Amino acid sequence: MNDENLPETTGGDRTPVGVDEPIANPGLEPHLWRPTDVDPKAEKRAERQVAGLFLLAILGAILFLVSYVVFQVGENPDTLGNLGASNVALGVCLAVTLLAMGTGIIQWARKLMGDHEIVEMRHSAASSQEDREATVGILKTGLEESGLGRRPLVRNTLLAAGGVLGILPIIMLRDLGPLPGDKLDHTIWDMNTWTPEEQAWWKTQHRTLQRVVRDVVGTPILASELEVGDLVNAEPEIVFATTPNGQPVVEGTDLLVAKSKAAVILSRMDPQDIVSEQTKNWSVDGIVCYSKICTHVGCPISLNERTTHHLLCPCHQSTFDLTDSGKVLFGPAARPLPQLDITVDDEGYLVARHDFDEPVGPSFWERG
Amino acid sequence: MLLGLLLTGGLYAAFSPAQAQSDNSAAQIKQGRELFLVGCAFCHGNNGQGVKTLDGKQLGPSLVGVGAAAVDFQVGTGRMPAVQPGAQIPQKEVVYTPEEIAALSAYVASLGPGPAIPNPEDYSLAGMSEEERQAAIARGGQIFLTNCTACHNFEGSGGAMPRGGYAPKIRGVHAKYIFEAMLTGPQAMDNFSNGNLSVEEKRDIIAYLQSIQDNPGYGGFGLGGIGPVSEGLFAWLVGIGSLVGVAIWIAAHTARTSKTKAEA
Repeated sequence: MNDENLPETTGGDRTPVGVDEPIANPGLEPHLWRPTDVDPKAEKRAERQVAGLFLLAILGAILFLVSYVVFQVGENPDTLGNLGASNVALGVCLAVTLLAMGTGIIQWARKLMGDHEIVEMRHSAASSQEDREATVGILKTGLEESGLGRRPLVRNTLLAAGGVLGILPIIMLRDLGPLPGDKLDHTIWDMNTWTPEEQAWWKTQHRTLQRVVRDVVGTPILASELEVGDLVNAEPEIVFATTPNGQPVVEGTDLLVAKSKAAVILSRMDPQDIVSEQTKNWSVDGIVCYSKICTHVGCPISLNERTTHHLLCPCHQSTFDLTDSGKVLFGPAARPLPQLDITVDDEGYLVARHDFDEPVGPSFWERG
Repeated sequence: MLLGLLLTGGLYAAFSPAQAQSDNSAAQIKQGRELFLVGCAFCHGNNGQGVKTLDGKQLGPSLVGVGAAAVDFQVGTGRMPAVQPGAQIPQKEVVYTPEEIAALSAYVASLGPGPAIPNPEDYSLAGMSEEERQAAIARGGQIFLTNCTACHNFEGSGGAMPRGGYAPKIRGVHAKYIFEAMLTGPQAMDNFSNGNLSVEEKRDIIAYLQSIQDNPGYGGFGLGGIGPVSEGLFAWLVGIGSLVGVAIWIAAHTARTSKTKAEA
């Protein structure tokens, strides 16, 4: 860095000397006074205004107390357009008090408080040369006395200790895991992923395919009982299964995870409305079954219009066509809604033939 | 109030539609057909077969197989006869008398098999013990949150639907009409037929909706009851927005004068 082009400075304050300013310094604008500064009457008036506002604030506070006592605070108010006299009175009084105080303070500051214009000159932000030299000196002395340069053994072991300490949190990050593996790729509709307890329960059922059951109540659904236009929010039957002694087979966090991934909706439509071959093949008499989890960010979707068979996500308005393999018609979702391949069992109940053939819900890193 | 509702519902049902429906007399169907030809046939066709406009759009849908429940709902809540076709037929004042509605229902029911008007014991909570009622409310709440809130909001305040439609507010609606709406799926709404949600499950939903109505309100603006989003939007946009506006207004008004002090 070369200083020769910079203006000559005097010592530490770096104020240029002897340089003609290209534009004459206009100096400060003449000070304009406020009416309250030049007119004693205006000053008196402003004083009264401010005091008046503060008195209004006192009045508001007193009225607040009065209305607190007078009006009944109660359920289902029927006065003042169902807003409630108590609510309105308390609110208005408190608002008047706070507003009057605030206005009074601003009025006071703008009209009556001192009106000096203050100029604070800029100055160099750096410390003085002596201070800087002293600081460097202290650092150098410290370095010498600690012998950091002369004792490489101490220095290197200290660095090693710091490095090892840094590894600890990295090791502990492992506890955030285990890595999800292929868990995102399948849901509890896939019986191959069941735990031994779940499989033991399934052996007692003597059936081959898992039923689609109504959410909340867990009852199986007869295909013949659904009418055209019906919409059913459903789950796999395993999430409602109980052991002979009444214990749920899937419970706790596992249950919540299973339900949130496996939730489906069933919609019965006129079979002639179905457009795509896949939707037709995976349906039963016009009953189609789709994942209830939006492929955008995973909101549960069940805003269905029976007239158009469009399923709308309430979060970001992604719209899916239930007649055409869940194709995205509108909105930010990038993938069609996964369809579940369903059929009926011997007793006429709706069952899933297999798990979804693609991961449900939003896209994730490994999915590409 | 609940008792009053039930009593009115019970009396109403005992006297007119359900009873009339079971009579199903030829005279009633005849009266219904006469009313139909005057008030409904323009859009739904002389035989309720539906009418298509010249450009292929549906003016009024076919009423074959919609059942008496659909007529009782649509006409009983004033949605039909409609003023004009559109994105959504709004609720308005009821045009027909209960006898005329019963006759229209009987006529449309005679066009093809469809859901009948529900019996009061299907939707009425009368005769339930307090304990049973609480259990029904708890179950009904779960069923409601799973099946209904997506469109009708978690307190039944309704919400917007695509292309100008909306899911109406369903608080304060008579239990019979809520039951019929689930049974028949009016307009763009899905069906919740008895094979979808059982009669008891529908009654549980009604119990839940009535319990919402019994919740105390404390006044003030509800802002649609759609939760913290609308309230936060209001606070941020209207509340803080007006504060910013006032601050700008204060700063934009000078307190200066061109007069100078007498001694200056």
